[in-house]
Amino acid sequence: MERAITRANAMTPPGAEPAKTGIAIRTDRVARQYQMGETMVRAVNEVTLTIRAGAFVALLGSSGSGKSTLLNLMAGLDRPTSGAIFAHERNLAEMSSEDLAKHRSHTIGIVFQAFNLLPRMTLEENVELPLRLAEVDRHERTARVREAVERVHLGARLTHHPTELSGGEQQRAALARALVNRPTILLADEPTGNLDSATGDQIMLLLSEINETLGMTIVMVTHERPRAERFAHRLITMSDGKMISDGGPA
Amino acid sequence: MKTRDLAELAGRNLREAVLRNSLTTLGIAVGVASLVAMLSLGVGLQNLATDRLSRSGLFDAIFVTPRSNFPGFDAPARQAPVPTGPAAPLDEDARKKMASLPNVAEVYPEIRFPTEIHYDGNPYATVVAGVSPSARSDGAFDDMKGSFFSGPAANEAILQIDLARQLSTQPDSLLGKEIVLRYAERQALPPERGDKNSSPNGYSIVPREEKLRIVGIVETEPAAGIGGFGRGRLLIPLQVAETLRAAQTNDLRDLLRDTPSQHSYESLTIRVNGTSHVKDVEDAIKKMDFTAFSLLDASRNLSIVFAVFDLFLGIFGSLALVVASLGIINTLVMAILERRREIGVLKALGAADRDIRRLFFVEAGAMGLLGGIFGVLLGWLIGRAIDFGTNTYLTRRALPSISIVAVPWWMVASAIAFSVAVSLAAGIYPASRAAKLDPVEALRYE
Ligand SMILES: Nc1ncnc2c1ncn2[C@@H]1O[C@H](COP(=O)(O)OP(=O)(O)O)[C@@H](O)[C@H]1O
Ligand SMILES: [Mg+2]
Repeated sequence: MERAITRANAMTPPGAEPAKTGIAIRTDRVARQYQMGETMVRAVNEVTLTIRAGAFVALLGSSGSGKSTLLNLMAGLDRPTSGAIFAHERNLAEMSSEDLAKHRSHTIGIVFQAFNLLPRMTLEENVELPLRLAEVDRHERTARVREAVERVHLGARLTHHPTELSGGEQQRAALARALVNRPTILLADEPTGNLDSATGDQIMLLLSEINETLGMTIVMVTHERPRAERFAHRLITMSDGKMISDGGPA
Repeated sequence: MKTRDLAELAGRNLREAVLRNSLTTLGIAVGVASLVAMLSLGVGLQNLATDRLSRSGLFDAIFVTPRSNFPGFDAPARQAPVPTGPAAPLDEDARKKMASLPNVAEVYPEIRFPTEIHYDGNPYATVVAGVSPSARSDGAFDDMKGSFFSGPAANEAILQIDLARQLSTQPDSLLGKEIVLRYAERQALPPERGDKNSSPNGYSIVPREEKLRIVGIVETEPAAGIGGFGRGRLLIPLQVAETLRAAQTNDLRDLLRDTPSQHSYESLTIRVNGTSHVKDVEDAIKKMDFTAFSLLDASRNLSIVFAVFDLFLGIFGSLALVVASLGIINTLVMAILERRREIGVLKALGAADRDIRRLFFVEAGAMGLLGGIFGVLLGWLIGRAIDFGTNTYLTRRALPSISIVAVPWWMVASAIAFSVAVSLAAGIYPASRAAKLDPVEALRYE
């Protein structure tokens, strides 16, 4: 773990934001429950964990075990019903919705299983979107978009619409969009779930590269243990909203 | 999000559902057009009415009669409390006093008397009336044939068209001709011997003649109907009428009263410098114990009538806009359903609730703005069509053309502003609903 951070910091290229050292995400008995009529669904049930800056963590577990819910809590898209969740030591549970939006804008980059590109925008416009929302100066945007798109090797496809791209290309475009505002934490919810295994591996390699060269903290949800073991440094397994195991790759 | 980016995204969204948004915008445009058409008709008719009325010279005039001599015009409430004792005489002194009041331009009597005229050897009975020089601007003389009196004391006459038709089958040929006016002059009888106050003993009526040249023929009876007076059919300069010392209707009363030496008027007309002074002068006259009446009260009522009229036109016009605003709500709520995932993505990428709300507001406002501009244009065209239709009708009846529709700039500006405001109001519900959308729900992958 220490080794990974040192290496990441040493390799931070000029121009990129240096990854913050120390703790990226910390949860303290965080819980998210849903009231479904009579029954209470504990999607995340008092999870306590700490993720160091620069880590590459895989969240494993069967379907419905609460992985996505935990990831959404980290992203600030959802609020815990109890407990605390810190991103760089700021408690998301106590933030105003305005501040949560800022957290999503500046600290978090996120990719989904369904790439979620806006279909009527070109690749370039899709990637530019977070910069618009963050009110980045216009003249700075072009360079930032180019940088992010080049990092995912899509420099030649700037003017293409999502439908003109393959699944792998779409997920790479989504990755560029997640990176463009230089977040410190990258969250990915089953990013390879819609891709064949070769294309999925390409995405995993890109994530590793981003983690190593930019020192970006990555939390990735997956249910494919072998793939998680190949690329992640730490595997957290969930079941029924609880963390049942936590450790390095076997 | 910065305004420019917001506008760009909103513009993009509007173009994406171009048919639906165009139809919604068209709905607003029709609403605004109906509002503009209604209001411009109201304003146009009001302009027309006030213009005609102010040119009639009725609104800067005050009609004065001796107290209690004007029962038709004073509501009982206005006359109370009724002072007892003899009414102040409306005589030359009173006239001078009135003329010296501030902002009084002119005080002139209503001089009217029955007479007999001779033209071409034939006698005609008619009523002669004195016309003040200021009446020239009254509008009644605007469409006259010939010309107004050359001077205040000219021995000239203007014929009312009905009289002219009586005199000749070709009224126009009368211009420049002479008529002879026969009238009765009052002459004071010498006082009886030994009478201390040496007041005349009464009047004798002496028949006289006066030659008048016809200078004009007028269609309408000028200032007819004010206070119930018709003005007569043979119009002569007021000064001429006064010097004729004609037998007036109030002579009998003068005789019955104890002061026959003092010639008194049946009524006086006061012209004021501008309608704003009418109230003050009217009050001053009332303090002098005369009955005063002006059409200002009537004109105030007229403005109220028009305000109510405009209000109703506005309400009916706005109804279409209200319906159009339902269209906006419908369109935007549909857009939320369609753009659920997109809103979720925007939030995941850092959009605040406020950004989403503003995005929907900008879309609603843009439809309102476009609809407003287009609607004003459409409303103006409808107005032109109304004007055109009316004038075609008028010309066919050989009447002068008029403009009954007016679209002033304030109406253009406020119609567009109103359209935007209504659209924004319609956007409140969809915008806040979109802003409150839960991104986790919106992004859930099935
Ligand atoms: N909005 C919701 N209402 C009710 N139950 C929910 C809701 N969202 C998630 N859940 C439940 O919470 C549990 C965890 O869901 P999720 O985090 O999506 O699981 P995973 O991503 O591991 O498949 C599931 O049992 C799911 O049915
Ligand atoms: Mg999931």
